[in-house]
Amino acid sequence: MRLLGIGSLLVALCGAAWGQTIAITHAHIYSMGPAGDIASGTVIVSGDRIVSVGPDGAVPAGARVIDAQGAVVTPGLLSTNTPLSTVEIAEGVEETNDNATASDRLSAAFDVSYAVNPNSVLIPIARLGGITDAIVTPSLREAKDRDKNLFFAGQAAAIHLGQGTDLIRKPSIGMVLVMGEDGARIAGGSRAAQLVMLRAMLDDVRAYAKGRADYDLGRSRRYELSREDLEALIPVVEGREPLMVSVHRAADIRQVLSLAREQGLKVILEGAEEGWSLAPEIAAARVPVLLDAEADLPASFDMIGSSLNNAARLTAAGVLVGIENPPIYEGGRTPRIEAGRAAAHGLPFGAALAAITINPARIWGVSDRIGSLEAGKDADLVVWSGDPLEPLSAPTRILIRGIEQPLRSRDLDLRDRYLPSIKAPP
Amino acid sequence: MSLWRLASIIGLLGLSACATVPGASDGPTSRAKVDAKALPPGLDPFANLDPFPSTYRPAPSATTAIVNADILTADGPEIPSGALVMSGGRIVAVGADVVPPPDAVVIDAHGRTVTPGIIDPHSHLGVYATPAVAAMSDGNEATDPDTAEVWAEHSVWPQDPGFARALAGGVTTLEILPGSANLFGGRSVVLRNVAATTVQAMKFPGAPYDLKMACGENPKRVYGGKDRFPSTRMGNVAGYRAAWIKARDYLRKWDDYHAKVAKGEKADPPDRDLQLDTLAGVLRGEIRIQNHCYRADEMAQMIDISHEFGFHIAAFHHASESYKIADLLRREGICSVTWAEWWGFKMEAFDGIEENAAMLQRAGACVTLSSDNANLIQHLNVEAALAMAAGNRAGLAITRPEAIGWITLAPARALGIDSKTGSLLPGKMADVVIWSGDPFSVYSVADQVFIDGALAWDAHDAAHQPKSDFLVGQPALAGDR
Repeated sequence: MRLLGIGSLLVALCGAAWGQTIAITHAHIYSMGPAGDIASGTVIVSGDRIVSVGPDGAVPAGARVIDAQGAVVTPGLLSTNTPLSTVEIAEGVEETNDNATASDRLSAAFDVSYAVNPNSVLIPIARLGGITDAIVTPSLREAKDRDKNLFFAGQAAAIHLGQGTDLIRKPSIGMVLVMGEDGARIAGGSRAAQLVMLRAMLDDVRAYAKGRADYDLGRSRRYELSREDLEALIPVVEGREPLMVSVHRAADIRQVLSLAREQGLKVILEGAEEGWSLAPEIAAARVPVLLDAEADLPASFDMIGSSLNNAARLTAAGVLVGIENPPIYEGGRTPRIEAGRAAAHGLPFGAALAAITINPARIWGVSDRIGSLEAGKDADLVVWSGDPLEPLSAPTRILIRGIEQPLRSRDLDLRDRYLPSIKAPP
Repeated sequence: MSLWRLASIIGLLGLSACATVPGASDGPTSRAKVDAKALPPGLDPFANLDPFPSTYRPAPSATTAIVNADILTADGPEIPSGALVMSGGRIVAVGADVVPPPDAVVIDAHGRTVTPGIIDPHSHLGVYATPAVAAMSDGNEATDPDTAEVWAEHSVWPQDPGFARALAGGVTTLEILPGSANLFGGRSVVLRNVAATTVQAMKFPGAPYDLKMACGENPKRVYGGKDRFPSTRMGNVAGYRAAWIKARDYLRKWDDYHAKVAKGEKADPPDRDLQLDTLAGVLRGEIRIQNHCYRADEMAQMIDISHEFGFHIAAFHHASESYKIADLLRREGICSVTWAEWWGFKMEAFDGIEENAAMLQRAGACVTLSSDNANLIQHLNVEAALAMAAGNRAGLAITRPEAIGWITLAPARALGIDSKTGSLLPGKMADVVIWSGDPFSVYSVADQVFIDGALAWDAHDAAHQPKSDFLVGQPALAGDR
């Protein structure tokens, strides 16, 4: 079984190298793109790209044909806001945790892309959940020097979960800022203080950007942030790089919307548990939201208004919503279940699937390559045994950048090592 | 499956499966037979085993018949279209040919599925309540590795909004445990998931007490981190054994004392010790062991300790590696309380696999799923579906009745309440969920939840949706629906 897996992997790898053409036929396609839903269609892949998506028709000569026999085909799922590949064992094995820094010097300049480990055993396990790509976000760790008010967690990276030594699709795709109670704590105990400090920091970045030469000569005023942090924030203040703000209560969301308007920032709201209560304002500001579809408890005083209907109501108001998923080791191998839960609470099926494919791809600025089945995009797709949001379904084939992935993981290797010992009782 | 059925039948006949263990069949409400009048109240640990008695009373209920339902009883084959009748808080009939009594309120459940109420054998609702503020963090008395003297019920906040959320997910009974910082974390408590202002009014009448023990990383990290004992796994084991030696000695002294009093001899009573009361209760077979333990090798050592001192472990919790010793667990009659999707968040959980439950089931061992989490508790049905699907991909042919058993009858068995609830057997408490569709579908919700035959939750009627006092008058919820 294992040998066979490696064999087909080699074939697939070689196939990609030769620009092999694959035709997935008779598929129930949820393209999440302009092709829409196709009851019986064909996806043609050549090399690492999708060549066409449409109703069943002629298949190019020499193509390897995968007859889906009516099975559902979707874009590969995008796990967003995950530590995947930068954390191996979260608790008690801190030496495998590269997702945050307590450095007194680095905050905005912290870049998780340098810590991506293609050999993480978590990657194949995530892949078996239908996840083909991930947005790896840094998390906030308090600086060792308690006088440092470093509330930028750093820069996120987009990765694919395919083969090879380089999983990075795009580094520095966005900056992560933590507000609410956590931000307030770092700002000395008040969210009011954080907003004042934040505005001052953004001013510093603009001043620094205009006067680098003066800074180098020591002729500029003193900046709170290090040179590296100031540099990293330039694309953010210029509105070129998204700033994801972790924020929860309605009043804080309003502050963020107002800050974004005033400073010309391209903001993504993260969390936004009370977002439903100001959905029209968020929609009017054209600010997208990445949320936890399961957040329905008043986990803190910032989240009294948490509701399972948050995704449905924000989507209905016209907000672009992505569903983030918890770390893979905490139920996070199934973002599709998070999406399904939102669907059970008012989010239409198509919007739920979009919230774990095309929407987060658009929100993070990587929808030119992933998130939907469209000609020219990377061939990251999954053939499912049934409805992809259902727990009884599973991927039967996974392609990443046109390469068929082995349906194996450490998890399954352990299973198969012990299965022979499982015998019915005498 | 057949063993479970046998156990429930024995239970219904009033013969506890543990009847050979003195006192085990009576639960905490029993009074020791010894004459303890000689001692002032509170000084004899065995004079009153139930100082915080349950005041739970079932809510009023009408005779109700759920008809045209797909029924998963957790105790036999699926009934594709049948009826279930509840009366006086009990299940009175279930089957394909059951005719509703004339006085019954009839609920047409066409296209819907009926299951037993879900039982979560591992929850920290109330002791780690939301809002998760330090003022409400009452789950771990992490000041000594042995705090067998603490009782989780004294930390439970009945207003935790998580209880109602769990009810919306079909949870009718749950065990609240202390955390796992300590070798002996304290007693847990089994609750009915009903809105109440006191924890006594939630306590499952007659449910045995449990003692939470913990293996592995947590105790050694917590105390090692304070430069205290234990800081290693071998320290953990020495700590358990030292405590059981003291407990055996304590019990011997009390037995001697009671024997002398019974013979009319003069005797000095031993000093009462709350910590040893709980351990002695385990040795007397009145209190069960719920043991947080991830690794197979550590579970095997805990089993040896139980043999050395003469007690039984009811369940290993989390039990990520149970599949490696499935046959040992079956022979020992120990349940595994595990997950489908949670694994690898710490070293001792690194070998957890999705197929754990299915492999244990096929080996004939008792296995249940649990949440340990205020969100997961809301969809244990989906967790069961994931675990079943993983097992079936492995060729283990897990059936729907088996999978529903993982979140109903098996946890009832792990908690020692399977003679009272956990399956839709006539005579049992009418703890029933009507799902909007297939309970193994992510799209299904609990339409109605009955506890002791009374409607406790209705997804379509706010009048039957309990709400914590904490959420009353909160402007942030204005406009919520």
